[in-house]
Amino acid sequence: MIAAILSLSVLGLGLGALLGIAARYLAVEESPIVGQVEELLPGSQCGQCGYPGCGPAAAAVAAGEAPVTLCPPGGRALAEELAALLGVTADFSGMAAQAPQVAHIHERLCVGCTKCFKRCPTDAIIGANDQIHAVFEDACTGCGKCVDACPTECIELRAPTQTLSNWVWPVPEAA
Amino acid sequence: MNVLGFNLFGELHGIRGGVHPDDRKSLAAGQPIEDLPLPGLLHIPLQQHIGAAANPVVQRRQQVRKGEVIAHAQGAVSAPIHAPTSGRIVGLGLYPANHPSGLNVRTITLQPDGEDRWHPDIRGVEDPFALEPAEVAKRVAAAGIVGMGGATFPSAVKLNLRNRYSLHTLVINGAECEPYLTCDDRLMREHTAQVLDGVRIMAHALGVSRIIIGIEGNKPEALAAMREAAAEHAEVSVVKLPTRYPMGSEKHLVQTLTGKETPARGLTADIGVVVHNPATAFAVHEALRLGRPLISRVVTVTGQAVAQPKNLRVPIGTRVQALVDHCGGFSEEPAKLISGGPMMGQPLAELRVPIMKGSNGVLALTPAETGQRAPAPCIRCASCVGACPCGLVPLTMAAHVRTGDLDGAVDQGLMDCIGCGSCAYVCPAHIPLVQFFNHAKGELAARGRAKQKQTETKRLAEARTARIEAQKQAKRAAMAKRKAEQAAQKAKEQAKEQAKEQAKEQAAAKADHVEAAEAN
Repeated sequence: MIAAILSLSVLGLGLGALLGIAARYLAVEESPIVGQVEELLPGSQCGQCGYPGCGPAAAAVAAGEAPVTLCPPGGRALAEELAALLGVTADFSGMAAQAPQVAHIHERLCVGCTKCFKRCPTDAIIGANDQIHAVFEDACTGCGKCVDACPTECIELRAPTQTLSNWVWPVPEAA
Repeated sequence: MNVLGFNLFGELHGIRGGVHPDDRKSLAAGQPIEDLPLPGLLHIPLQQHIGAAANPVVQRRQQVRKGEVIAHAQGAVSAPIHAPTSGRIVGLGLYPANHPSGLNVRTITLQPDGEDRWHPDIRGVEDPFALEPAEVAKRVAAAGIVGMGGATFPSAVKLNLRNRYSLHTLVINGAECEPYLTCDDRLMREHTAQVLDGVRIMAHALGVSRIIIGIEGNKPEALAAMREAAAEHAEVSVVKLPTRYPMGSEKHLVQTLTGKETPARGLTADIGVVVHNPATAFAVHEALRLGRPLISRVVTVTGQAVAQPKNLRVPIGTRVQALVDHCGGFSEEPAKLISGGPMMGQPLAELRVPIMKGSNGVLALTPAETGQRAPAPCIRCASCVGACPCGLVPLTMAAHVRTGDLDGAVDQGLMDCIGCGSCAYVCPAHIPLVQFFNHAKGELAARGRAKQKQTETKRLAEARTARIEAQKQAKRAAMAKRKAEQAAQKAKEQAKEQAKEQAKEQAAAKADHVEAAEAN
């Protein structure tokens, strides 16, 4: 009786110790893909993809639970990079419809409440109390957080202003 | 003779591809350069060159004199802009650009006062060859000179290439291979000595010992004039180039003259050669000898729809309309208006856009001249492959672009395409091949910008997170400090009170003692 208990206990302890050592020295590191994906994402934590932030979104993309086209601010460029990183093919046709957008403040309606620029994840809005606010298009990712924050509904998302530096020849017509 | 490995007086080296369009230069080639009368208003865009736009330094209603700086260069690759005549600044705002998009761009509007008074500080140097090369480049930069063949790259940046490359030859691109255009031809014929002087000043700035002036064989007068003028300068050779488009592409020109091929996506400086345009040389002469900045240029106004084609010296900022009016207007309704040459020029959105530093021509073409026809399916004849001077396969590249596979087009060599349009010119099916490539290059550039923006916004987002975190910590620290201070204050007060009480007690005890003593 005692011999049985002893032998089983020794066996259990020995195997347990072995498992413990193995867990310590043969540990599988966390998939580096998640980190790489998060590196690519805009990092503005805007939540437009439906995940609470860029970290959880990266985990979902890496696990294959979310499509690579999930990030509206990243646009097609990001989707293609993610697809290349993960080695998946994706349907980018939907991305063309969501051309990059930036916030625009209608100055007539702005009351200078400062609520929008406090929410802006990239500091793309300039303003002060009782002063009309304005958007730096170059820094705006079009995440739309300011749109929700504005009490006078004076912020609109729209296509970036066309300038000579971002104008592109249209596709020519051909037979 | 063989100098530096170049066969200077012997055979020229062959290049591949190319086309032989009817040059139609006879329309304007016989017309001497004429000064355009000062227009009523000048619209001077701030972005007339490759690089950062100039930064205006004048105010509305300010009086300026001819040659005065009205906008400073911003950054390393940029160029200042000068007042083309004396007058009053009447506007700093938006005006349609001389660009196929027709978008509005930041423009200074100047109302000439008709006196055309030079700024008093305009002064040349006696002997530019006595100046340090860097000083020459500095003066060229201050004069706002940019490549006047159409590329508008700031010339001083190119003159400073000697710091990073070992250079041995300056090539002057007098090919003017675009049909119709005759402005460089006329300049070399009429201002031979000035052009040659400018060329030699640039060679001095570059520190090179050899100068080759290449001129296409369809400009015999310019060739003869330059040859005669260059005879007294042993370092200058004038070479007759075969008439073939695109001979004026700098990489192809250098290959024709030297037999050396510029590496893909490299610069001609990689093989020790710098290329400049004769009009740029003329501007350098004016800037160094007379101290005059680049405020006017020669423009060819031509095409069969123009009543009287001419070569005009035009103040920068003049509306295209004024040029057309001076040439007697249109003899018939033009089918196409182009800024530049017919091969690589850009469609003009409207006639009120201004002439800029890089505008070498205004073309008004009749329907017969444009020969535009509806595109048909590709018949895979490979005419475009034979015509491509860069050895590319335009038909497959265009097929990739059509399906939206830009990376595929890049694999096929899209980035080596110089956009010369030879492929579209020879295509029997009239497929707009070069237009596909221009679209694709623009798209790729837009993607590059989007990527850059993403990294930049990411940095901003991280900076904001870090800042908010720091603010929170600072708040916490401040709170903790205040609490500690309060605690210390309390402790002090307590100590004081205790001391007071003790003192009271002691006093009471003393009183008791005294009372007791008195009682005793």
